Amino acid sequence: MSPATSLAPLSGHRTDAVVATRIKEEQYVTFTVGEEEYGVNILSVREIRGWTLESKLPNLPEYVRGVINLRGVIIPIFDLRARFGGGATEVTKRHVVVVIQVGERTRGILVDAISDIVAMAHDQIKPPPSMDTGMVDAHYLAGLFTAEDRMVTLLNVERLFASDMVADEPLTARAQITAEPH
Amino acid sequence: MDELSRFKETYFDESAELIGVAEAGLLRLSPGNVDMDEVNAIFRAVHSIKGGGGAFGFTDLVHFAHEFEAVMDGVRASRVAITTELVDVMIKANDLLARLLACARDASPAPTDQSEALIGQLRRAAGFEVTDAGPAAAPLQPAGAASQGAPEAGDDGRQTFQIRFVPKDDLLTSGNEPIFMLRALRHMGDAAINVDLNHLPPLSAIEPETIYLSWTVLLTTDEGGEGINDVFEFVSDDSVVEITEIKHATGSVDPDGAWGLFDDEPEAEAAPVPAAAAPTSAPLVPATTPAMAVAKAEPVREPPPRPTGPTGGGGGGGPSAVNLGGHTIRVDLDKIDRLVNMVGEMVITQAMIAEHVRDLPPGAFQELLEGLEQLAQHTRELRESVMSIRAQPVNSVFARMPRLARELAQETGKDVVLVMSGENTEVDKTVVENLVDPLTHMIRNSIDHGLETPNDREAAGKPRTGTVHLSAQHRSGRIVIEVSDDGRGINRPRVLQKAQEKGLIPAGASLSDEEIDNLIFLPGFSTADKVSNISGRGVGMDVVRRNITNLGGRITVYSVPGEGSRFVLSLPLTLAVLDGMVISVGEERFVLPLTNIVESLRPKPADLHGLVNQCDVIMARGEYVRLVYLNHLFGIPKAIGDATKGLVVLVETEDGGRLGLVVDEVLGQQQVVIKSLEANYRRLDGVAAATILGDGRVALILDVAGLQEMSRQSSSASIRQPAPDAVPLLEAV
Repeated sequence: MSPATSLAPLSGHRTDAVVATRIKEEQYVTFTVGEEEYGVNILSVREIRGWTLESKLPNLPEYVRGVINLRGVIIPIFDLRARFGGGATEVTKRHVVVVIQVGERTRGILVDAISDIVAMAHDQIKPPPSMDTGMVDAHYLAGLFTAEDRMVTLLNVERLFASDMVADEPLTARAQITAEPH
Repeated sequence: MDELSRFKETYFDESAELIGVAEAGLLRLSPGNVDMDEVNAIFRAVHSIKGGGGAFGFTDLVHFAHEFEAVMDGVRASRVAITTELVDVMIKANDLLARLLACARDASPAPTDQSEALIGQLRRAAGFEVTDAGPAAAPLQPAGAASQGAPEAGDDGRQTFQIRFVPKDDLLTSGNEPIFMLRALRHMGDAAINVDLNHLPPLSAIEPETIYLSWTVLLTTDEGGEGINDVFEFVSDDSVVEITEIKHATGSVDPDGAWGLFDDEPEAEAAPVPAAAAPTSAPLVPATTPAMAVAKAEPVREPPPRPTGPTGGGGGGGPSAVNLGGHTIRVDLDKIDRLVNMVGEMVITQAMIAEHVRDLPPGAFQELLEGLEQLAQHTRELRESVMSIRAQPVNSVFARMPRLARELAQETGKDVVLVMSGENTEVDKTVVENLVDPLTHMIRNSIDHGLETPNDREAAGKPRTGTVHLSAQHRSGRIVIEVSDDGRGINRPRVLQKAQEKGLIPAGASLSDEEIDNLIFLPGFSTADKVSNISGRGVGMDVVRRNITNLGGRITVYSVPGEGSRFVLSLPLTLAVLDGMVISVGEERFVLPLTNIVESLRPKPADLHGLVNQCDVIMARGEYVRLVYLNHLFGIPKAIGDATKGLVVLVETEDGGRLGLVVDEVLGQQQVVIKSLEANYRRLDGVAAATILGDGRVALILDVAGLQEMSRQSSSASIRQPAPDAVPLLEAV
């Protein structure tokens, strides 16, 4: 499809090298939350949709916005701003939900706006600086890259909400207590 | 009998599929394009139809299928070349096979003349016929005429062999089967098979695993002695196999002698050996007899069968083949679930449109409104039809009960008759699957606790045999299952006493008869004097009740002392849909399962009582019920949060505990499609599942038992932190 790939069989080593770097390159969807720009691998993005009113879920952290109906399937929506400690997003019609597929599960991330789709080679992605201050658990940061002067923080979607999926909420602990009412 | 006819049904269903497989394969078959996989598939299809047919004793069908199979086998072994003519005939044969299946199913006479005609065509097209010119066949039928009908026949290198086969008497125990060998010989060419019965003992002395027979076969074939040796390859070490080539004009085998086994001998004597050896193939031997005879005669009697074939065979076979498959189809469960899901979506979308349209000015969109009205109706019907696809008769559960009753009767020494009715009542597959345990328990309970011993019954003036009645029926969109017995009924004084002993109710409490009867559903309640291994381990009716409630059902008990008791289960027809009450709290809406709701009320301020500053209680139906403020429990802002201004929905948990849920409004009753919250997220306290309401928004379905636990916890939390009006749960996280 791309010129590089179609040329590859015809010419020698030089284009092979080009192909090699091309193959390592992956595409990322980037979006903004406030002033920050984040990216996720395009392969994990199922769709992007406008904001629809969510139904709240009881007794959950602020960043769990609630659930919406995605064509008959109920998916949770997470507020990325709230997740990073910026408080709940004041949603408007212009806000966007990035629907992400992680394994078997589908979920939505509430962001301010989609900004771009960029192709990045692996070696252009820098590891995140060590953040052992305890402010942010950095394990869901996959790396940083620069796209047209903007710094993009690459998110590891699998880890981003992993803590929320496992049963380590205070509520669950509570449920265990109530299991023995006497 | 019933069992057998079910197997037959399955056989016909599968055969219809196989006919389709064979036809598809045959249509792809052409002289230059022989895919061996395809050929094998056709062969297997025909073979399976034959095998099953043999088990049910459809002789005509088996006979024809056998000939068809023989040709396919020839193709498979590359002995028969594929010609356009052969493919045509085989397609016709396939059609006829379908027709024979239909005949077998309807027990109508098979079109034997047609099948014989087609067998002739088959054999001729496959090149089997030409060998008929061999002299061995001559005494049987006017085969000379046949050879004229097939001019290419002649002395073209075919040889005639006489084969004597005396199997070792324990040949069957080594897994060999003479009939297969004889059949193989027959496939090689034209065979006249003569059986020697001299060593056959009287019936009483017959050992089923011993062979008493030996055979002499006159075979005209083009495969030479080696092919014959191959047939006996595995048995020639033990058995006597003599193969001698016979020059022409040695057709000395007496045909009558050959078939004597089947014509003259008493059937009882003839049958045991082949029957014991291969029950399903037993009918094949006699069936082959006329087959071969007619096949040879056919070209003479009916010289132009081919022109009539297409109209007779094809015309008759087509519609009957369609007919055959018309009963059932087998569909992957996933596909049905997807369909059910999609229809659920459609119902929601339709409800959504209906909601929007309500705001339109009346009169201006008359046609649109009428159209939508129709759409609503069609959607409803579509949903019912789709749900009925997943429906199964409860018989699959009921059928297990007679055995259970029988075993229990033996163990308890009681005489029991189990009467069942409504076994064919249909209900969703998932409901059926979940009925096994509760029903087993209830039948046990009825027989073990309900029924008296025969002597006690006689003393009470009842027949010695107790009756347990199990019935199912549809009633107003639900399935109602009843288990009733004519035993002693619930012994209320004892139940009351037991409940008080176990501290399940306060001593001295006065309960109505109905309330006492319902005590048996309490966890840990069991009145059995001694723990038997049948019932009475303290896990009893409470488990039944929990199971039933989990299915969205209710269980009620009616009892008359001395006359018996009756348990009535009422269950939804499907687990995918729930009857719910939509309520609102603040901006959120929730669905309460209708089965949990007792009533809703708006208490006056005087009805509310504070209980040691922990929680509010109200007096409802003669008892104090604790109020649970849903807005506090779930941390919902902007709710009314005042029982006297909003509403109290009185709900009942499965263990009978009552709770007053304080909500803003009750919006109405609605059937909702149950959606999983866990599929993409996780379980939440107090939430059973979710659903999508008419406007497309998600509403949570509440789990009343979970709410009760949560409220217990939150009130004990408020002891430590005496601020009952705070909304601790949201901030706590």
